Amino acid sequence: MKPRYGRLVPLLLVAPLLLFLVVFFAMPLATMMKSAVSDPVAARALPETASAVAGWDNSSPPTTEMQAALANDIRQIEDDQLFGDLVRRLNSAKSGFRTLMGKTRTAVKENADNADLVGIDKRWADPAYWRAVSVAAASSITDRNLLAAVDLQRDASGEIEALPAGASANRAIMLRTFLMALTVTIACALIGLPYAMIAASVDGWKRQLLLGAVLLPLWTSLLVRTAAWFILLQDRGLINSALMQLGIVSAPLPLIFNRVGVVIAMTHVLLPFMVLPIFSVLIGIPRNLMPAAASLGAHPLRAFFHVLLPLSLRGVVSGSLLVFMTALGYYITPALIGGAKDQMISSVIAYYATGAANWGMAGALGLVLLVATMILYAIYLRLSSEREARA
Amino acid sequence: MKTLPLARLIFGAAVIFFLIAPLIAILPLAFTDSVFLNYPIPAYSTRWFEELVTADVWRRSIVNSLIIGLGTTLLATLLGTVSALGLREKRLSLLLATIKTLFLLPLVVPAVVLGVGMQLMFAQYSLTNSYIGVIVAHTVVAVPFVVVNVLAALQGIDRRLEQAAASLGASPTTVLRKVTLPLALPGILSGAVFAFATSLDEVVLTLFVAGPNQRTLARQMFSTIRENISPAIAAVAFVFILGTILLALIMRFARGMRQGQA
Repeated sequence: MKPRYGRLVPLLLVAPLLLFLVVFFAMPLATMMKSAVSDPVAARALPETASAVAGWDNSSPPTTEMQAALANDIRQIEDDQLFGDLVRRLNSAKSGFRTLMGKTRTAVKENADNADLVGIDKRWADPAYWRAVSVAAASSITDRNLLAAVDLQRDASGEIEALPAGASANRAIMLRTFLMALTVTIACALIGLPYAMIAASVDGWKRQLLLGAVLLPLWTSLLVRTAAWFILLQDRGLINSALMQLGIVSAPLPLIFNRVGVVIAMTHVLLPFMVLPIFSVLIGIPRNLMPAAASLGAHPLRAFFHVLLPLSLRGVVSGSLLVFMTALGYYITPALIGGAKDQMISSVIAYYATGAANWGMAGALGLVLLVATMILYAIYLRLSSEREARA
Repeated sequence: MKTLPLARLIFGAAVIFFLIAPLIAILPLAFTDSVFLNYPIPAYSTRWFEELVTADVWRRSIVNSLIIGLGTTLLATLLGTVSALGLREKRLSLLLATIKTLFLLPLVVPAVVLGVGMQLMFAQYSLTNSYIGVIVAHTVVAVPFVVVNVLAALQGIDRRLEQAAASLGASPTTVLRKVTLPLALPGILSGAVFAFATSLDEVVLTLFVAGPNQRTLARQMFSTIRENISPAIAAVAFVFILGTILLALIMRFARGMRQGQA
């Protein structure tokens, strides 16, 4: 054997997958993060203006050089796509640019010598518009999206301030995402812990049945499970018709397109992630511990609270982290079962990306979700490696 | 807890009911004659299964899912198995453990976040709206299952068998082909099944990366439920649930046989 090469064999074997994941997993994530902070449109479209405004004091009326530079830059833009992107970028910083830029472009294209922007539109005399142009053209990196993701913005002097009330709902959506994930996690823990304890305390076919009931939904298509809940929760679905037949309610309960339905369906989908970690901890506990506690005179409840519960807590923590982490990024179930008021952060990201084509905001909110998930996963890994080290 | 056998029985039964009943309730609706997904079922027919194989949107989405699923399975199984062979080595164990953690990350990252990134990056390299783009995206999330399954199978192999083969003069490739891979085959197969199932059920990345020509079955189900739910969904669900039960039974059976041999 050639030991020098032998050392490298495992690395050569993992290399193809490592390379594949770097290119198709890490790079997409990096691209998304870059889109959150990248802002190249104005710097690309307005090169002359960028240098002309460099020495400007941000408050005095625009100089003739600045006006000439901007007029020239606008005249040079042939690509309508680029112009559209530029207008959208400027308009997002200060509204009014949409009409202003259109009017200005027509005027400077008509007359190749016209460099008097204030003469074209009075608004060009207002330094506020120039500040927006200056900030946009100065740098191709921005923290605008990241700030907007948490409902912040920069005011005229560049200080960070809160967005005016009602301008954005991102914090409310994050809070809602957090609360829904928390509700689902608590529901899973309340059902999952006793269930796992029962499964661990029996054996033979009973244990097989209890575990099989957890594994079968886990292996079933997520879409099928969501569709099943959609059908059950409808106004004329099985649950409502049963309740009405039994005379418990006279009109169908609103179960779908609201929070109740989403929480029920998500609890069903995520329950296995709670039961399995608790179960694996519980079967590692010596089975004679509880009888031992009883033989020492402990009441069964006391033995439960002082022996079994503390020992199973580690599984509950692992399971809760797993459920919470997965619930945070959930998209399909809220999208199909929830109403407009039950959409979580993933739906908002998907809306910005596919609906509004606002990649900056999609990237910024994506970054927030990614960081939150990674922190939770790091805690989870830490806990499970501690457990392995103890075992 | 032993003092409350009745409470335990009721609680256990209630949770089993909660877990399983939704999956059972959807099954009979696959055979409804009506266009509504309601009970009681007015008359039974197989019209929705016929719809799946005759209606163009459903038929094409099934074909797309098979193409993309098989492509994903091949790519993920190949990449995952080769890397698992490297990961099981005792040398460089700290580095390899870190790499293994990295390999599992695609399961953790929220699908929408990955989807946004993939759409942005794939667009730069003209990979959006292509089969290869969707296969690559599905492979990213399917490959961790292959790595985990194959690695577990490899770690269950008695290394003395491979050492014995080598000491009898087998070359490393012969050992791999005649000893290691056959012994790891159950793990490789279950990894492949998981990879195929992952691809079949994948919606979010498909939404971001695929074009109208790569509409998969899962994507078609998603928009059907969202826009205009029809009993065709129940028919697909029927096939999926039956398939899942069948696969679970096969895997149990295979495991039983292996344990019987050992």
